[in-house]
Formats: sequence, C-alpha cells, structure tokens
Amino acid sequence: MSTQKQTKYTKDHEWVRMEGDVAVVGITPYAAEQLGDVVFVELPDIGKAVNAGADMAVVESAKAASDVYAPISGSVEAVNDALSGSPQLVNESADGDGWFVKIKPANAADLDALMDEAAYADYVKGL
Amino acid sequence: MTEAASLKKLPLDAVWRARTSKFADFAGYDMPIQFAGEFGGLIAEHKWTRAHAGLFDVSHMGPCFFALPKDHGLVGDEAHRAVAALIERLVPADIQGLAPGQVRYTTLLNADGGVLDDLMIARPAEAAAAGDLYIVVNAGCKNEDWALIETAAQGEARLVRADDRALLALQGPDACAVLGAALPVHASALDAMNFMTVARYDTPAFGRLTITRSGYTGEDGYEILVRAEHATALAEALLADERVKPIGLGARDSLRLEAGLCLYGHDLDPTTSPIEAGLAWTIQKARRERGDFPGAARILRELKEKPARRRVGILPKERAPAREGVEIFAGDRKIGIVTSGGFSPMLNAPISMGYVETAFAKVGTEIQLSIRGQMRAAEIASLPFVPHRYVRKP
Repeated sequence: MSTQKQTKYTKDHEWVRMEGDVAVVGITPYAAEQLGDVVFVELPDIGKAVNAGADMAVVESAKAASDVYAPISGSVEAVNDALSGSPQLVNESADGDGWFVKIKPANAADLDALMDEAAYADYVKGL
Repeated sequence: MTEAASLKKLPLDAVWRARTSKFADFAGYDMPIQFAGEFGGLIAEHKWTRAHAGLFDVSHMGPCFFALPKDHGLVGDEAHRAVAALIERLVPADIQGLAPGQVRYTTLLNADGGVLDDLMIARPAEAAAAGDLYIVVNAGCKNEDWALIETAAQGEARLVRADDRALLALQGPDACAVLGAALPVHASALDAMNFMTVARYDTPAFGRLTITRSGYTGEDGYEILVRAEHATALAEALLADERVKPIGLGARDSLRLEAGLCLYGHDLDPTTSPIEAGLAWTIQKARRERGDFPGAARILRELKEKPARRRVGILPKERAPAREGVEIFAGDRKIGIVTSGGFSPMLNAPISMGYVETAFAKVGTEIQLSIRGQMRAAEIASLPFVPHRYVRKP
C-alpha cells in the first residue's frame, strides 16, 4: 500500500485519506459510536478555506451537537450531500459512505503529521 | 477515573453495568445514559418505549415521606388536611383537596412566584397512612427542596427521605400487562389504577412497594418505589419479560420533550412562573380563591392579564436541531429563547420548547431560530408533539 492511500487519523477522531489530489475526510467509527444516533450534519460551503485543527463541520446526535475539526488545511472541494437526507450514514458507514468533505490540501505533506491506523488504534485503546 | 469514583452509585448499578450501557454524571450520580449492543441507542430505546415498555432507573430522584408526628391523634380527612396545609405553604396545588390515593403534579415556589422545583405529591390510599404524604422531587435540587419543606413545617411534621431506595419507572403501552405479570396477585388492582393515583402493595418477593400510575414520557406507566434489598430482584423480573427493554436517561429526555413536559433547570427555573410555563392547570380553583401560596400576587395577576412570555412548542422547518440557548427571532427582533431542544424519533424531525413573548405564542406563528449564526425558519407548534396516552378511567 502506498503512503498516499493510507488513512490517517487525528486525536479528535477525524480520518483523512488521499484520493487522487483531494483528501476525503470523515469521523471515525469510534467517534460515531460515541456520538450515538446522528440526526443532522452541518457541512461547510464548497470553496471555503479550512485550517488544520479548526472547526469545519458540526455533527448532531440525538443527544448533543459536536464540532468536527479539519485534519489538514486547504479548501473544501466537495461535501457529502447524501448526509442531508441520510445523516444515519455516519453511524452505518463512518469510514465509507458517511464521509463529510473533500479537501484540496494546502500542503499534502500535512498528512504525515497525523496518526496511522495502528497508532490511532493504540490511542483509542488508551481512552 | 477519580471523577467517576466520586460519583454516587445507585442500588441497581450492577444491573445496568451487566447490560453494557454508557454512563455519565447526572446530578452527582453515575447513571445509565444509553444502552449499547444489538438493541441499544437513544432512538431505538425511545421507539421501543412508545411501542412496548421501557424500564428506567430514576433512583437519583428525591422520593420522601412527609408525615405528622406518630401521636397526631387525627384520623382520615382531618389528618390529611393537617399535613397538606403544611406543604401548601410552598406549593400552589390543592393538596388538602386530594382524595385518598390521588397524586398531583405541582411546583415549589419562591416568594416571587418563581419555580424552585417541580414535584409530585400523593395522598396515600390507606386509612392507616392518613397524615402522610408521599412526595417525589427532582434529583438536582432534592437537598434544597427537603430543607425548604422541613423549614416550612416548623416541626409540625417530619420529612423522611427515601432516596436510599430504588425508584423504577416502567413506561409504555405494555407497562400494565408487564407489571401485572410480575405481580400476579395484584394484577387486577394495578390494572384498575387510574392515571395519577398511588397505592401500596405488600409483595412476598419484593417487599412493600409504593406504586403510582404516572411517569414522564407521555405514555401509560408506573413509578415503583422499592427497598434497595429487593430492587435488583424486581428489576430483573421486569427485564425478563420480552416486552421490556432497559432505557437510559437519553431516551427519557427525548420522550419527555415529545410529551411537552418541563425539565427543571431548563424549561423551569426560579425566574419562571407556573403561568408562563403553561402550568396554570396545576393551580386548582380552591387555591386561586384563597391566594395563599408564595408569589400569589404575581401568579394571580398573570392568570388574569396573561404573562409577558409563554412556554411554547417549536417545530424547526429544516433538519438542524435547535437546542437550549438558541435565540428566537421575529424578523430582526429577539423574542425569546429555546430551553429544551433535540430530535423527535417519532416525528423524525427536530423539536424544541422555549419561551417567547406572548404576542408570538400562537400556534402557527412563523419565527426564526439563530443556530450557530444562521437564521433558520421555524413555527410555533402545539404541545405535546406526540399525544399523551395516559389511562384515565371514568
């Protein structure tokens, strides 16, 4: 597997994976499980500039609203419109059909600073 | 971990731990919020309760008995009126007028007519218990409430806290059949109970139970006070029935919101009067005529002239839930605030309650909600969002 295809993870439980020259971003199955039933996702406008570690989206579960942070800096290329009608995709397929946004990275090397799958698994185990 | 260790545990803690539930601090208690696994999740738990029966642990609440001294020498209505008059110093409900076995929902008031807590007050059905009241206050303010009640009694009655026991709520359309199956000797009596009544049942398996036909979900159901040593056996007996699932506090909140019921500290607080909160129905005629409760001047004025603001139901037109603290606008003008909000599993849509200026309280009024800086359309809706299904016998 090339490093480009590897999924990377943040401490705030976002995942990011390069597909071509855009980074697909979502929240991890662990995060989705912690949130419980997702009922609404507020996504940024296409073209919006996002900064690594800053608010990017909001996910609302039946219980509460939580911020989702941008794992890398860049601009929003696409958002997952399917989430507006089917927010439960975040629970059903957090690391697949439940993706949030695609970001054109300002600097693709930013991904290298994030955790790989094994490091994230260890991190979650320690929570 | 140190934080979790300082939380108080309730008698049924092990029952819920065995069912992999998520726990969180609620009013200083470590409480099951939602259950995990194949069945769990707030929405599944919520829908199960409306379709079958849900078992809730509400042992963190404040059940107590308020009683005349043992040698009071009074009997029947006379004894009841004596103890009721003491609690009426704090609440605007007609407690003296309670029939044996009747329960009333009411509010503890401050001198300005603001709500210090909401509570249930019951007159026991049994003649031997004349002069006693069974009272259940909220978890968050039980110590303050009890101190207030004891002060108001001025030694004429004593308060015996019962929060060392377990309090279970069994709610949903199957609640009556389930409880009857668990207590077969008492099945017909339990079935015959009317909404907002109380009775005591002596059972060989679970000891003495104080049971009210009541709840806070909008469904038929019961709330059962059981001694701690029998609590696990009773909970397991109810959970063994396939119509029953354990339900966490998460779904308890969404069920009460759909039912349009107030959550203390959110929809009610010391600045809010019962009239603003739409609770005029909890102040019976006898008390309005006597006007002898705290804050009567404000409350009677608001009854006559309408209050400046009203609690309302709110239906957002988009999918974003409007939660507590969201500001409500009519055009550019702020007219109120959301006090409870979330998602309705039954309507599959967001719902909220809040307070608006009375001129905007009419059902159907178009309003805007400021959610994270964006104005979103909504309208005033009637409460409850989902019809109540209480059992009212003729």
